[in-house]
Amino acid sequence: MSNVALELKNITKTFGSVIANKNVNLVLEKGEILSLLGENGSGKTTLMNMISGIYYPDEGEIYIDGKLTHITSPQDAFNYKIGMIHQHFKLVDVFSAADNILLGEKMPTYSIRENAKKLLETLPQESLIKEVKKGEKVSKTLDFKVLGDYALTYLKICALPFIKLGKFVQFDFLANNRAKKLQEVADKYGFEIDLNKKIYDMSVSEKQTVEIIKVLYRGAEILILDEPTAVLTPQEIKKLFDVLRKMREGGKSIIIITHKLNEVMEISDKVTILRKGEYIGTVETKDTSEKELTEMMVGKKIDLKIERTITDFDKPLLEIRNLSINGDDGSSKIEDVSFYIRGGEILGVAGIAGCGQKELCEAIAGLRKIENGAICHKGDSIVGLPAKAIIDKGISMSFIPEDRLGMGLAPNFSITDNMMLKTYNDNKGPFVDRKTARKNAEALIKKLEIVTPSTETPVRRLSGGNVQKVLVGREIEAGPNVIITAYPVRGLDINSSYAIYNILNEQKSKGTGILFIGEDLDVMLALCDKIMVLCHGKNMGIVHAGKVTKEQLGLMMTGSLDLTEVNAEKNYGIAKDSHLTEEQWEEEKEKTEGKGENEDE
Amino acid sequence: MSNNVKAKREPLFHIVKREDLKIGYKIMIYAIAIVVSLFLGGIMSSLASKGDPFSFFVSLIDGCFGSSRKLWVFLQQMALILSVSMALVPAFKMKFWNLGGNGQILIGGLAAIACMFYMGGKADDGVIVLVAVIASALAGAIWALIPALCKAFFNTNESLLTLMLNYIASGLVTFFLAVWVKSGSGVLEPIKYGNLPELGNPYILIILFGALITALMFVYLRYSKHGYELSVVGDSPNTARYIGVNVKMVVIRTMILSGAICGLVGLLLTSGMSHTIGVKTAQNMGFTAIMTTWLGNCNPLMIIATSSLVTFVTKGMEQVRMDFGLTNDSIANLIIGLVYFFIIACAFFIQYKVVFNIKLKKAVKATADNTVVASTEETSTEIEENEEEVK
Repeated sequence: MSNVALELKNITKTFGSVIANKNVNLVLEKGEILSLLGENGSGKTTLMNMISGIYYPDEGEIYIDGKLTHITSPQDAFNYKIGMIHQHFKLVDVFSAADNILLGEKMPTYSIRENAKKLLETLPQESLIKEVKKGEKVSKTLDFKVLGDYALTYLKICALPFIKLGKFVQFDFLANNRAKKLQEVADKYGFEIDLNKKIYDMSVSEKQTVEIIKVLYRGAEILILDEPTAVLTPQEIKKLFDVLRKMREGGKSIIIITHKLNEVMEISDKVTILRKGEYIGTVETKDTSEKELTEMMVGKKIDLKIERTITDFDKPLLEIRNLSINGDDGSSKIEDVSFYIRGGEILGVAGIAGCGQKELCEAIAGLRKIENGAICHKGDSIVGLPAKAIIDKGISMSFIPEDRLGMGLAPNFSITDNMMLKTYNDNKGPFVDRKTARKNAEALIKKLEIVTPSTETPVRRLSGGNVQKVLVGREIEAGPNVIITAYPVRGLDINSSYAIYNILNEQKSKGTGILFIGEDLDVMLALCDKIMVLCHGKNMGIVHAGKVTKEQLGLMMTGSLDLTEVNAEKNYGIAKDSHLTEEQWEEEKEKTEGKGENEDE
Repeated sequence: MSNNVKAKREPLFHIVKREDLKIGYKIMIYAIAIVVSLFLGGIMSSLASKGDPFSFFVSLIDGCFGSSRKLWVFLQQMALILSVSMALVPAFKMKFWNLGGNGQILIGGLAAIACMFYMGGKADDGVIVLVAVIASALAGAIWALIPALCKAFFNTNESLLTLMLNYIASGLVTFFLAVWVKSGSGVLEPIKYGNLPELGNPYILIILFGALITALMFVYLRYSKHGYELSVVGDSPNTARYIGVNVKMVVIRTMILSGAICGLVGLLLTSGMSHTIGVKTAQNMGFTAIMTTWLGNCNPLMIIATSSLVTFVTKGMEQVRMDFGLTNDSIANLIIGLVYFFIIACAFFIQYKVVFNIKLKKAVKATADNTVVASTEETSTEIEENEEEVK
């Protein structure tokens, strides 16, 4: 028997005029970890969706265990023992981990009719009446043995419904057995997880673990992980990789989609590279280097170093003291956080997803009510100002949500119309000035190399990277002095990411203060001057990027290390050369209390 | 590994999204759908009576363009539906589902009739008309303002509120009819005072109004700041808040505009046409316009096409009923529904195409009889027709 678990031959898939995959080949052997590498929009996820039954390929063949197969639905994929772990988890929040895993599991089918048929076949063939010879006389009597057989069979058939009921009870009420089996699966691969915990109590990493156990429990032999590390801390990534290695030893085949080259090098045996939907090649990880992989991925040589421009720091531009914010559900999202940004400085904000980054951004941009504290821009309080006034002060906020289009862009608008979102009201008269906007759009497309059919294409039709370029580009065109940017490189490929980093660095050297909320710690360590770590809305400390390690940041993100407690005498987040005196700060804070609400809210 | 798995056969066809459909193809698909649906309608009518499908088409066209009077009526009816659609467009673009067109029209008409009723004979006709115009626009605007305020400040469901206000409006009309008509018959005699002037013939004023409103709305949505703001609110409320648009203000402002236009249509229907009012005065235009607006993709230019189609079918069917001697209007409604259904079903074929996985068969067939294998474009149209016939 061959050692190939999955083979794709000449897979092609198009969406309208867009070619998502073109003649892609892929071979996955048993007990192997394969990295699928490619820039954004290179068709990795499309390819995986075809394996997991979400799409059906236009052309090409999929072989599983050497057999040609057609996967037309996720159920088919599941039958072929393919399990996909999506980027966004599909779990029921109010259920426990075990319930989530067992959810939708079907009772083994037990057909009464089939079993009855089988039993009927065992009926004796002999006649019920047997002839007994007693000397010359032949007398007929009932054959009690055969009769007994008959009776027993019919009795058994009558009992079948009860057996079915019994099986049902066993399945539904003795869930303990299954929970035990689950725990076995978990222990086998070294997952540390309490299966009775509710999903809403779980961290992102735990949720991911649940997803993985779910797939394993259902007997998957081929696992596909779509960017599993994007949301994890370094410690959690290490744990995940240990688990993956154990699975490999157990003979499972794993495909892992990721952007991060260091992870590719660390975990995988082979790397398959896609570029713009086309299959570029497969290499053994041990024979290659990060540099070579990048070249294959991008198609040209590229410098992987992020420059940290050194600039002279100015006075603090934006100062925030003792800020507390509530989330939409009324729970506290940011608690007593103080920090400041100087001109010509990039302050990174690190933290696991949902630790209050979004609320912080919205509060600064004037979109969210604050509970306590003060936000001052060049010494003037901006709390309670309408969003437009804050924009006019030169504070730009761009938050890239997971769907990339939420805040800052109108998805169905053309690039031109999106360009004038912030400036449409600046000219006189009742009409909008599309001409200038179109010119700006053309200039931006040229400057940032945005790939688009025209300036009139709706932005939702553009690929992720280009959408983000439009957003970030527009924000910078407005000439802000404070840029708040959350996840500006979310889901971007290497080229686009570096374009964005360059834009930010350029702004920094012009004396703009930048608040950079990011996901990738390596990038933050290289790009930012200082990094503030948030954990459940609390400030865990602000550190110089040059003097901290990734592991320390990881510990701070999970709350195991609190520098504000360790160095209690250091006043974290309080600038010595503040625009305001301590008394003025107290006044500002008092003003906020009881007020806070934005008129436009 | 997959012993117990039944080997799946390759599916017969799969559905692929397409984005690059040329405008010509789109029009072709729509045209085919309309022709096929009308053809089916013809068969149905001829089954229900003694006519034949061909004379069905003749009657249909005759009903709309048969005489100059029929043409005027057609244009007038189309202008009315167009005007109501124009009232709904800004609201729909803002993703505010104004289902209360009927109520707003009725209340506008009621205001106009009230002016005529109470001021008739006591003031100049010119004054009455002026007051009636203001009153009807105001009444429609207020009727739309109520759900807008509730939506803006209490985040209520606007579809439900606007829908319910329709019933209140028709209730009010019944109430006032009871007050005004002393005989108790509930039918108000046409009022002679304060009628809108006739420009040559009774149809031109309404047609001019429709054309004017359409042109103004086109400019308003396409080029004005207000139009820009309301599209932002509709497309992404978060973005609108972020760029400093006062979302509540925009919702309220747009709904006032929407209601005011509906109110003016009410004025046209009452003091411009019937000079009286009843609960059926609005002729369900508020709902017909929802369809034309939606089918026209909220684009004023496309709505001109959809509303003329809808008017064509309605007016044409009236003639068919007469010519074919159809005594009840259910067959007419059935055929109108059929046309709408076909048009809506078209959206599927414009967004997707169906690709058959018959490569092998194709190859065999091609060598066998040298027939040209249909391109996917043609295949999909064929399927469309098949599917439609099935339906």
